[in-house]
Amino acid sequence: MLVAAAVALVFFAIPLVGIVQRANWSTIWHDLTTAEARDALALSLVCSLSAAALSVAFGTPLAWMLARTQLPGRPLLRGLVLLPMVLPPVVGGVALLSAFSLSSPIGGWLHDTFGIQFTFTTAGAVMAETFVAMPFYVITVEGALRGMDQRFEEAAASLGAARLTVFRRVTLPFILPSVVAGTLLAWARALGEFGATITFAGNIAGRTRTLPLAVYLELESDTEAAIALSLVLLAVSLVVLVSLRDRWIRAT
Amino acid sequence: MKPNPRLLLAALAAAALVLAGCGASSTTSETSAAGSATTSGAELSGKITVSGGTSLTEAFTKIGKDFSAAHPGVEVAFNFDSSTTLSTQILAGAPADVFAPADEANMTKLTDKNLIAGEPQVFVRNELVIVTKPGNPKGIKTLADLPTAGVISLCGEKVPCGKYAAESLQKAGVSIDESNITRGQDVGATLTAVTEGDAVAGIVYVTDAKKAGGAVEAVPIPAEVNVIATYPIGVIAASTNIDVAKAFMAYVLGDEGQAVLAEYGFVPAA
Repeated sequence: MLVAAAVALVFFAIPLVGIVQRANWSTIWHDLTTAEARDALALSLVCSLSAAALSVAFGTPLAWMLARTQLPGRPLLRGLVLLPMVLPPVVGGVALLSAFSLSSPIGGWLHDTFGIQFTFTTAGAVMAETFVAMPFYVITVEGALRGMDQRFEEAAASLGAARLTVFRRVTLPFILPSVVAGTLLAWARALGEFGATITFAGNIAGRTRTLPLAVYLELESDTEAAIALSLVLLAVSLVVLVSLRDRWIRAT
Repeated sequence: MKPNPRLLLAALAAAALVLAGCGASSTTSETSAAGSATTSGAELSGKITVSGGTSLTEAFTKIGKDFSAAHPGVEVAFNFDSSTTLSTQILAGAPADVFAPADEANMTKLTDKNLIAGEPQVFVRNELVIVTKPGNPKGIKTLADLPTAGVISLCGEKVPCGKYAAESLQKAGVSIDESNITRGQDVGATLTAVTEGDAVAGIVYVTDAKKAGGAVEAVPIPAEVNVIATYPIGVIAASTNIDVAKAFMAYVLGDEGQAVLAEYGFVPAA
C-alpha cells in the first residue's frame, strides 16, 4: 500500500520538480511582467472567475434537479452534463462551434437578431471555459445533495417553509462546503482550459488569449517565458487545491 | 468525523478528470503494421518514429504505408505537430528516428547540437495561399484585402507557417492588426479556424488548401510576394534503428516518395 502510494506521489512530484527546476529565476519577473503576460493573466482571471460564477448560478439548480427530482431518463441527463469532463476539450470546442458559430443556425440567429457573437470574443472564451468547468461543480454539489439527510428539509417543509426557503435556509448551509469546493474546482479547471477555448473562441491577443494559450504560443519561441507562465498557473492551482482539501476535511 | 464516502468519491473522480482533461496535445500516430513475419537476411526490420510538420500528415502517412509495404517487417510510426513543437520535443530528448520540419530553422536547431546524423537534405517545397470560406463571401482577391475583411487565421508567430505568412505580408506591404488575428498552434488548427470556425480567411500552405477540398476557396498569392517553404529531412543521430531511418529518408527523396508528395500538391525540391 505504502509503496504504491509513494510511487504515485513520486509520479506526480517529479514532473513538477522538473518544471520548477527548468525555470530561470533571474528572468522570471521580467517574463511575467511583459505586456503579453499581463494581458493573458488578467484575461485568464476574468474568464475563469466568470466561468466559475456561471457554474454556480446555473450549476446549483442543475445539481439540485439531478439529485432531487424523479425526472425520467435522469441517468442520461447526468451523463450529458458530465460528458464535457471526458470529451477531449478540442472536440468540445468543435461542438460549441457547430452550435454557436456564425454559420450555425443558433449562432447565426443570435448574431443577426441581437448582434451577439461568441466566436473570437471574450464571451466565447468564458463560454468555452464554462462548458468544460461546470460539470466539476455539478458533480460535486450533486454528490453533497445526495449525501445529506433529507429529513431536515422535510421537517422544514412540514413546518410551512416554502421550497425556496427550505433550499436557502436548510439545504444550502448543509452543502455549503461542497459548493465552495465545487466552485474552486470549476475555477481551477477553467483557469487551465486550453483546447475548447482556442478552438471555439480563437487565439486573439487581449481578447481570447488566456494564460494557457499564451503558454502554448510562448512554448514555440521562448521556453523560459512559457515555463514562467506555467509556474503561475501551477502555483495558483496548487493553492486552490490545497485549500480545497482543508475545506473538505473540515466539512465532513 | 468520518469522511463521507460519496463526497470523497466525487472529489476523487473530479480531481482525476481535472488532470485527464488538461491534455491538449495534437499529436497523432499512424502505424503501418508489417504484413509478413518472415524476413530474409538483408531485409530491414524494426520500428521507426518519424517526426514531421503537420502539413506533411497525409503525404507522409501514405509514404509510410508504401514504405512498409515495400519492406515487410518495418513499422513506421508518425508524430505530426508544428515543426517548432517537434524540434523542442527532440531537443528535450523525445525519441525520434527521422525529422522532417517545414522549415530549415528548426532543422538547424538540431544540427547545431549535433543531433542529426550526416547532412539533412531539402526534399520538397511548399507555397502559401489564402483560404476563404467557400464562395469567398468577403470577395478577398489579394493579401491587401485581409486587414479589413474580419478575423484572419494565421499560424503562431514562431511556427514556420506563421513566419512565412508574416514574410509574405511584409513583402506585400500589408499589416493586419493583431486584434484581428487568431493564431493556430499549427497549420492544421489555422485551417480549422476557417473551415469550422468564424475566421473569414487564413494563410496556409497550398497543400492544406488542397486537402481541405470544397471546405475552402483558395485565393493564390502572386509569386513575387509569396514565400517558398523548404522542407529538410534528416536522420536523428540517436536513432536506435539508423538503417531503417536512412532507408526511409532515401525513400522520401526517391522517385516513389516524390511522386506521392507531388500528388498532395507539394513542389519538387529542385
